[in-house]
Amino acid sequence: MSNTETIVDRAHPTFFKEHQNALYKSLEDKHTTVEFDSNDPLGTRMILNMGPQHPATHGVLRLLLELDGETITKSKLDIGYLHRGVEKIAENKTYQEFMPYTDRMDYLSPYSNNVALCTAVEKIAGIEVPERAQYIRMIGCELARISSHLLWLGTMVMDTGAISMFIWTFRERERLYDIFDNFAGHRFTVSHSRIGGVNNDFTDAAIAKIKNFVETFPKELKDWNKLLNKNRIFFDRNINIGQVDSETAIKLGLTGPVIRATGIAYDIRHFEPYLHYDKVDFEVPTRLEGDNLARYYCRMEEMAESIKIIRQCLDTMPKGPIRTDNAKQSYPSKDEVYYSMEGLIHDFMMTDTGVCPPEGYECYHAIEAPKGELGYYIQSDGTGHPWRLKIKTPSTSNLQGLERALDGAMVADTVVLIGGFDPVLGEADK
Amino acid sequence: MQVPDKFNPVTAAIQALDPSGQVQISVTRGDVQLLVPRTIIIDVLRTLKDDFGFTYLIDIVATDRFTSEDRFEVIWNIISLKDQSRIFVKTRVPEEDPSLPSTVDIWPAANWNEREAYDMMGIRFTGHPDLRRLFLPEDFEYFPLRKEFPLMGVPGSIPLPSTSPDVD
Amino acid sequence: MGIESAFGEGFLTTKIDTVVNWARANAMWPMPMGLACCAIEMMAFAGPKYDASRFGSEVMRFSPRQSDLMIVAGWCTYKMSHAVRRIWDQMPDPKWCIAMGACASTGGMHRSYGVVQGVDNFLPVDAYVSGCPPRPEVVLHALMTIQEKVKKEHSVLLDV
Repeated sequence: MSNTETIVDRAHPTFFKEHQNALYKSLEDKHTTVEFDSNDPLGTRMILNMGPQHPATHGVLRLLLELDGETITKSKLDIGYLHRGVEKIAENKTYQEFMPYTDRMDYLSPYSNNVALCTAVEKIAGIEVPERAQYIRMIGCELARISSHLLWLGTMVMDTGAISMFIWTFRERERLYDIFDNFAGHRFTVSHSRIGGVNNDFTDAAIAKIKNFVETFPKELKDWNKLLNKNRIFFDRNINIGQVDSETAIKLGLTGPVIRATGIAYDIRHFEPYLHYDKVDFEVPTRLEGDNLARYYCRMEEMAESIKIIRQCLDTMPKGPIRTDNAKQSYPSKDEVYYSMEGLIHDFMMTDTGVCPPEGYECYHAIEAPKGELGYYIQSDGTGHPWRLKIKTPSTSNLQGLERALDGAMVADTVVLIGGFDPVLGEADK
Repeated sequence: MQVPDKFNPVTAAIQALDPSGQVQISVTRGDVQLLVPRTIIIDVLRTLKDDFGFTYLIDIVATDRFTSEDRFEVIWNIISLKDQSRIFVKTRVPEEDPSLPSTVDIWPAANWNEREAYDMMGIRFTGHPDLRRLFLPEDFEYFPLRKEFPLMGVPGSIPLPSTSPDVD
Repeated sequence: MGIESAFGEGFLTTKIDTVVNWARANAMWPMPMGLACCAIEMMAFAGPKYDASRFGSEVMRFSPRQSDLMIVAGWCTYKMSHAVRRIWDQMPDPKWCIAMGACASTGGMHRSYGVVQGVDNFLPVDAYVSGCPPRPEVVLHALMTIQEKVKKEHSVLLDV
């Protein structure tokens, strides 16, 4: 291997040649963080491609790592393998028709995505949501947060080698699926939130199931904490890995538990409270170290805080309607649709035209999804279809930070770091 | 709606930067939006970051207004953690010259956001260290989120793999 | 041969067929091409409640060289299709494919420029599973359908 040969000369891609060449060229041009001299007599430098299909990349993520022995000197991420143009699809659909697409973006916690779209549309169209619906949405969001963190825990610990953890967290996730199945009709891609409220109320059986979950889950959490918090192997694999300090975290635009692990207590539930988060009492766990272990602790404590929030919501939930009564703003109830003429016409108009925010209005609303700040920027042109719907997804911001955090790490830490940053590619690629 | 009082020093400073008085300030449902001309956008953003503490960049939105004048609009969504406030800064770009100076040296988080704006809308950011497409392969020739691009795409614009393994 | 003349043509090969196909069907090791949300249901299908290993799919082999069933779970974009096809080509014969979910079968709800409207545009699919995402019981049913197909379709005579 001569020194004048570049990566682009050595690689011979067989498909998407221009794309691969541009990617390899930018890997070569990337500023190195580790200095070493250019001649390489032992041939220890290589480019490792963790391709889009890989058991540990949490979806279709492609990593190009330039290695010097076991250390990663430069890395580049290639995303877009799950890009479907959801923002363009949104321009052709009404806001309510777009709801199932939001489910499939962060597919580990679909309820929060529904609530994000609903709250954004309700902000721009000026819709008031009744109290009971707010509490139902809060319970759904927190259950989704627990569900997402359970899958994160299972896969991250499985990637460090302990495969049984995956089975245990999936057992708990099946209980959550049961709850969602019972009140929303689907296991996880529910589209339970409607603009103006929620689809249907909790039945007594659903509330009993949630109460049962809330009683029994903290014990499981305690068992897992006992297993992992003082485990020598888990510690050594996670401590001081991927350290990000708070200045860098703000500069890189990281969000969610990743930035809270560096010391910045940025949580949308406290920053710009939505639903009734200002009325329930909960803490936002933060750590100062900024490494993978800190991210792990933040997420485990967030699960415990979610249980607290659900308990408080169940206690203080008032009785009342679950959707606003205004026919121009939300769907009528099925009773009205089946038994009255106006209900039928309103149902038809809501499906056909939908909610029409005022023309020329544009606004942004964000929620605290389990991965970070999930926000919708809606520009309205007066019709039922948005003119532009931009989705700010936390995984894109976190993946940008991952590119920086990988430089200087070892190869074996790659999977642990990806687990710690917890990206979901369906969301990152829109 | 009125601009909240805590933004008054910000709006005063921004208006001082623009002698021609083209800065427009509006409030929609509580969101404060500043529309500034393209020539002073970098000064405005730098002032916001250095003097007023808007250090956290959330998102860069690129929109196609589909008008003959100033077709594209780019919106920066920034937050000041110190003052707990959020502001939106907008600028408009014409179709004949869809380029803007890059903000990567102000906020490094703008890197992928500007690549996404380039990929989807075709807006070039001069001075960006690595302006490649983010989601679609480089071989793709169109900008999907422009209004004239059809939803189903242009047939043949991205090739499918060949189904006979001997061809390579 | 003695057996052929006593019991008729093809007796031996049908018996070998039965044994070989029975063995193949009850030891299908899937290669999960888990792309999107259907991958989560596929994980549940391999998880403790809807156990796939009692059907013979004891391990999910992520290496194509060691598996014989590819489950494409989730929407496949044009950019990803080349990688999926390459993995399919790397799998040794005999191999089968399940297109899990609406997105893999026909493009599903994602009717846009980025998504291939059905993986059968570049892969030979044996079973289509509908649902968005399909319940794990439905995926188990698809696995059973493939097992039926395996028991009936292939014959050792084709390999000579």
